[in-house]
Amino acid sequence: MNLDYHALLPEIILAGTVILVLVTDLLPVKKYWSAVVGILGTAAALVPLLTLSFCDSLEFCESTGVRSMFSGTYVVDSFALVLKGLFLVVALVVLLMSVGYLEGGRFWQGEYYFLLLASVLGAVVMASSRDFISMFVALELVTGPTFLMAGWRKGDDRSNEAALKYFIIGVISAAILLFGVSLVYGVTGQLRFADIAAAIAVRGESPLLTIGVIFTILGFAFKVSAAPFHFWTPDTYEGAPTPVTAYLAVGSKAAGFVGLLTVAYVAFGTTRGLWAALIWILAATSMTLGNVVAIKQTNIVRMLGYSSIAQGGFMLVPFGALVAVDATPDVLEKAFFATVTYIVIYAAMNLGAFATIIAISNRIKSGEIKDLAGLGLYAPGLAGLLAIFFFSLAGIPPVAGWFAKLVMFNSAIGSGSGWGLALAVIAAVNAVVAFAYYGKVVKSAWFDAVPDTVSDAMKSDSKVAPPLVLALGLTFAGTIAFGVFPSLVTSLSEFASSLSSGL
Amino acid sequence: MIVNQFLILGAAVFALGVYGVLSRRNAVMVLLSVELMLGAVNLNLVVFDRAFRDELAAGQIFSLFVIAIAAAEVGIGLAIILLIFRNRSSANVDELDLMKL
Repeated sequence: MNLDYHALLPEIILAGTVILVLVTDLLPVKKYWSAVVGILGTAAALVPLLTLSFCDSLEFCESTGVRSMFSGTYVVDSFALVLKGLFLVVALVVLLMSVGYLEGGRFWQGEYYFLLLASVLGAVVMASSRDFISMFVALELVTGPTFLMAGWRKGDDRSNEAALKYFIIGVISAAILLFGVSLVYGVTGQLRFADIAAAIAVRGESPLLTIGVIFTILGFAFKVSAAPFHFWTPDTYEGAPTPVTAYLAVGSKAAGFVGLLTVAYVAFGTTRGLWAALIWILAATSMTLGNVVAIKQTNIVRMLGYSSIAQGGFMLVPFGALVAVDATPDVLEKAFFATVTYIVIYAAMNLGAFATIIAISNRIKSGEIKDLAGLGLYAPGLAGLLAIFFFSLAGIPPVAGWFAKLVMFNSAIGSGSGWGLALAVIAAVNAVVAFAYYGKVVKSAWFDAVPDTVSDAMKSDSKVAPPLVLALGLTFAGTIAFGVFPSLVTSLSEFASSLSSGL
Repeated sequence: MIVNQFLILGAAVFALGVYGVLSRRNAVMVLLSVELMLGAVNLNLVVFDRAFRDELAAGQIFSLFVIAIAAAEVGIGLAIILLIFRNRSSANVDELDLMKL
């Protein structure tokens, strides 16, 4: 078998980094060197992604179009390249956020970076897998390490609870997903996505296939924490260390969406009627429940947990709007494009929101929303960042979030069916509801009186760890740039939409 | 080969697993019930593989992957349960209610 080592280079570098981080932990050096090695390795893994993307204009690069390996089960196309790049950048930002956090508390550091990078490796593999075996292995590689990372504050009961709840829901969802896959295999006799689609097109739909598809999609619904399969999300987000929460909300969620996109569009692309209705319901309930429950939250991380459920619902809207639509490639590509755009923008703004909250709670030693009051009076920089990221999440121009919402509405309305329109209306109502709680936090941070719990020492202590400053800078730049120049993100996601047009 | 009987057995074992997950209080027993669900998946995969006479033996290979990964997951799960047992002297999932809506 001929292996395309150039195409596999990002995975190889990342796997090497994972081992190198463990070795660094053994050496008699300061523990943060593990993080340095991890950051350098992740950055190095980005280089082959760039050479692969611009292969046509490079001399040494043999341009072969879509690189397909292992008889089509592992494919490096432009969709895979863009999402691998996203996962690696997310990993970089989360690593930067983690360094100061872990140095500040009593944590095991070397193992943490090892687990985080292993999880990122899973996400990177996920973007390329085009059969159920490699996808399942990648999915478990993404979630397995995060179960442990959620419980990283070993002595804290909340962190323990977060880990166990996440673990139990995680393995149940894996079992449900697998049961669905086994039934799909039973009907089609294939595990490769392209073959499954071909077999379904020939044989047509059957009751067994319906059950298989529904179970598979529901398994992913747990992973992307779509309501009504979201109940682990707020508890796990609140209990886990905040950098881990940021990774769960962005990295692991995006990996779930990548799996859902490839399975829905490629494997079940020929039987869209079976999953579009299901996703319509998931999208509507996630948006509504996430936003309504977020309003009454008192803990800021828990509020962002519900907000991420709602944002997940927005990402599902383009899929759900495909219900009762004739499958023209144009409509499909538009929906695909909308979801990828939303994921990229969501990653930038949500990571930024979490980085800001880490910086704030380092200072005021609290994660309660009422303790944020008056932040603008003594820390205008942090309060400003909080406002920018929260307005972006709410979808207010000129920061990035508005553009994500625009393409989402555009695809839902552009699908041309009544169901798509209804979903767009639900999304519009929810976008307004969402502003209530994002706006409430920002208003409190700028206009309310400082509470007594914030001492003078906290007010004057303006120290933010340098890696965290870098993380804030990166996400800030991304959020502003994507909002002011949306063409940056559209060129990325148009490049990535080749998957759906390949149908 | 008659697939139906195996399918019914697989579905029954899966349903038993789901019942166990929902009704058991001890975290270890919940973990065991999840294993039951995965056992049903393996049964399905192997039965379909034999029924198709799949030349690639994809179903059987998949079931090997499922077994290996399930073992890794149990390792993670027992580590978490052990941690909780150390901190609270109980592995009862009902008592994990520090965080609520």
